[in-house]
Amino acid sequence: MSTSYAVAAILIMALVTYLPRMLPITIFQKKINSKFVQSFLHYVPYAVLSALTIPDILYATNNYATACVGFAVACILSYFEKNLVVVASGAILSVYLCGLFL
Amino acid sequence: MYSTYLKKQQFRYGFKRGLPIMLGYLPVSFAYGLTAVNSGMHPLLAILMSVTNLTSAGQFAGTSLIAGGATYLEIALTTFVINIRYMLMSLSLSQRLADHVTILERLLFSFGITDETFAVAASEENELTFPYMGGLISGPIFGWTVGTALGAFICSALPAALSNALGIALYGMFLAIFIPPCKHSKYILRVVALSCVLSCILKYTKGLNAISAGFRVILVTFLVCALAAWRFPIEEPSKSSTNADNERGA
Repeated sequence: MSTSYAVAAILIMALVTYLPRMLPITIFQKKINSKFVQSFLHYVPYAVLSALTIPDILYATNNYATACVGFAVACILSYFEKNLVVVASGAILSVYLCGLFL
Repeated sequence: MYSTYLKKQQFRYGFKRGLPIMLGYLPVSFAYGLTAVNSGMHPLLAILMSVTNLTSAGQFAGTSLIAGGATYLEIALTTFVINIRYMLMSLSLSQRLADHVTILERLLFSFGITDETFAVAASEENELTFPYMGGLISGPIFGWTVGTALGAFICSALPAALSNALGIALYGMFLAIFIPPCKHSKYILRVVALSCVLSCILKYTKGLNAISAGFRVILVTFLVCALAAWRFPIEEPSKSSTNADNERGA
């Protein structure tokens, strides 16, 4: 690949990645009063994170069995409201240990 | 009214909240660095990509398109479609910002909105300020860049068992953010359950599985949140009781 082509492509990508991040938060400076929109946005984080996690977490470790174990451990730790680092570390450790035996 | 001390404190708190994200980014960006160089990209270009894009799926897709010599239009459209989900996150955060955050500040920190920084910012109880957002995104930006550089230059993989295990880190973090609120609000529980089911349907149904991962997230979010906003509108504007128990130190 030519360097100028790659650099131009990278900068175009940077622009179309930045715009969706920047536009809404810059345009909507005031609080939106519509109760529907407020409710909608209230639920957005939960829907986004669920859709990002399920079912893709099962493919995160290149092995269904270890991914399932890591998923289960992360769910249990999350249920008991452990903090982010504990949940992430617990999931990593359980996947790593299972990987040694499977 | 708004002291330097307070700003520093908010920056530090944000930085601390971003540390787990920074660590989670290392293996992913490392893998990106390796992949990019393997596909024929110069290590410096891979680093330029990570510094200017700061996104995983978009970079992986864009890099393979560049390697295949795709047109600028194809590259732009594909990347845009993958990243459209950021519009929802950005819109969501716009309602959580403190009023005194200026346009320039918005232009600056919005660069650092990713799935993960959004997840953490959205779980905060207080209004979001510029120092907080700046602190939150700086660790992840650093981790993403350093990981890419290491992957691109070292070009020798971590032991497979370790890199596989690290792949689950960010998902674990997501679970830690969206599971606890489910215990305290049956509406959030329903939103999460419905999103999971819908996401699986879209992923595993023939025909529908042609939808890209990025669009799948957008579709699920729109359908589920619209239904939830119609059926279970929130009582209190902006800050509801269900968000109150959400705060956990990192």
